[in-house]
Amino acid sequence: MASLGNSAASTPQAQAIYRRRRRGNGILLTLSLAATVFGLIWLALILIGLLWQGFSGLSLVVFTETTPPPGATGGLINAIYGSIVMTVIGVAIGTPIGICAGTYMAEYGRHNQLTNVVRFINDILLAAPSIVIGLFVYEVVVAPMGHFSAMAGSLALAILVIPVVVRTTEDMLNLVPNTMREATAALGLPRSVMIQKVAYRAAMSGIVTGVLLAIARVMGETAPLLFTALNNQFWSTNLNAPMASLPVTIFQFALSPYPEWQKLAWTGALLITLTVLALNIVARAFLSPRTSK
Amino acid sequence: MTVSTLQNTLPEKISIKNLKFFYGDNLALKSINLPLYEKKVTAFIGPSGCGKSTLLRVLNRMYDLYPKQRAEGEVLFDGGNILAPGQDLNLLRARIGMVFQKPTPFPMSIYDNIAFGVRLYENLSRSEMDERVEAALTRGALWNEVKDKLSSSGLSLSGGQQQRLCIARSIAVRPEVVLFDEPCSALDPISTSKIEELIDELTADYTIAIVTHNMQQAARVSDYTAFMYLGELIEFDETSKIFTAPGDKRTQDYITGRFG
Repeated sequence: MASLGNSAASTPQAQAIYRRRRRGNGILLTLSLAATVFGLIWLALILIGLLWQGFSGLSLVVFTETTPPPGATGGLINAIYGSIVMTVIGVAIGTPIGICAGTYMAEYGRHNQLTNVVRFINDILLAAPSIVIGLFVYEVVVAPMGHFSAMAGSLALAILVIPVVVRTTEDMLNLVPNTMREATAALGLPRSVMIQKVAYRAAMSGIVTGVLLAIARVMGETAPLLFTALNNQFWSTNLNAPMASLPVTIFQFALSPYPEWQKLAWTGALLITLTVLALNIVARAFLSPRTSK
Repeated sequence: MTVSTLQNTLPEKISIKNLKFFYGDNLALKSINLPLYEKKVTAFIGPSGCGKSTLLRVLNRMYDLYPKQRAEGEVLFDGGNILAPGQDLNLLRARIGMVFQKPTPFPMSIYDNIAFGVRLYENLSRSEMDERVEAALTRGALWNEVKDKLSSSGLSLSGGQQQRLCIARSIAVRPEVVLFDEPCSALDPISTSKIEELIDELTADYTIAIVTHNMQQAARVSDYTAFMYLGELIEFDETSKIFTAPGDKRTQDYITGRFG
């Protein structure tokens, strides 16, 4: 054991190396901390500005009155309603398609060439600028119909939802161990039962999280709605007519020269941010307790 | 393969004839001929990679879940070739159950773990299902431990209990053959001995094949033993004969621990 005392680590040379490594470590730690703080400062400034400007305009009127004409006061109820309706329809269309496609890729076609092709295209769609989606829906729906509509807006949002849900569904199902599939098959149960009763159950929290994140993503989208749902100054529940939405209203009001509109734009931005924040927190809560078990 | 001294006329539940198995272009089983006698335990032993698990997974065609795996030859189950193209895999697997190396309880209650497979094939009333679940769990030597918590998750059980749950689950579907793929390799000695006792009791009604790395286990639980090496069946005989007077040098080397 005595020989261990004279080990290589105690020579002066080794101690020099050790000191150098400690110094290197300290420098790297400082740099990465500085970078983190730098990034977070902007986020904090944005949030503080948003809360400051947004809360001062927040009142009951925001939720009871429609968007005002220039110079008058009003609320955002038509935009809030439009955002909710188009998001709900978009998610309702996009989620089943996304889950089915993801299920095909992970369960039935895992070893197919088709799956590789679909995954590649889906990744492109996932990264596609949303304004392109808006233009596409404009081209195939709005132009032939001759007018903007809430339905076209929902469709554009659905197309944004699909790739997110496809991706998470496939990823989450791929995490379900093959031993589970074998165990189900060993009982003589068909694959459809395996998918519904075992794989979905095991992957449920992940898939729900994916859908929540998809909702959070499309809620804040402006570009695809600009060309499809446009905007509407008035209260409208007609899916076949232009409909207001929070992001488009913010876009329009923030660029306007009228202080009342600018104020409402801040309030709308605050509402969207809080909703998206809440959705992210819910998604996180959904994912954590069961996977950690 | 060493010519067996077996002169018995036991009925063959499964007869493997000239079975070859391929992973892609890779030949993993080289012309296997082997009987599994009805209501007997047959153990497959051999060093890692010898093809014993592969052989077991041919018997319920588990390999069909994966691409580029295929079997040639014949596996006669009650006289019918299960490798024939028209074979219904779900029916086959309901008749030939399987227990895996790692316990695989489903993410549902203990009760539902058992009832899950049964529901698909039989339309039982609530009370009939209760009886079936109790019978399966009793048979799986688990009833006394779980009878008061049937609605708690199957995942809440210990490893050994989970494995017995999986055995009970296979039995509940009323198969004729049960395949065990190293069922104790993830378990402690006490759980292992419970599973071994259980296998012993099951022979009264079921034909059993078990893959094991543990030679003492093969000696304890099986009636017949097949020794495999590099994809070939080297020797098949009564377990007592294999472990006391093996006919092949390689068998002797393996069971005496000289390799493997």
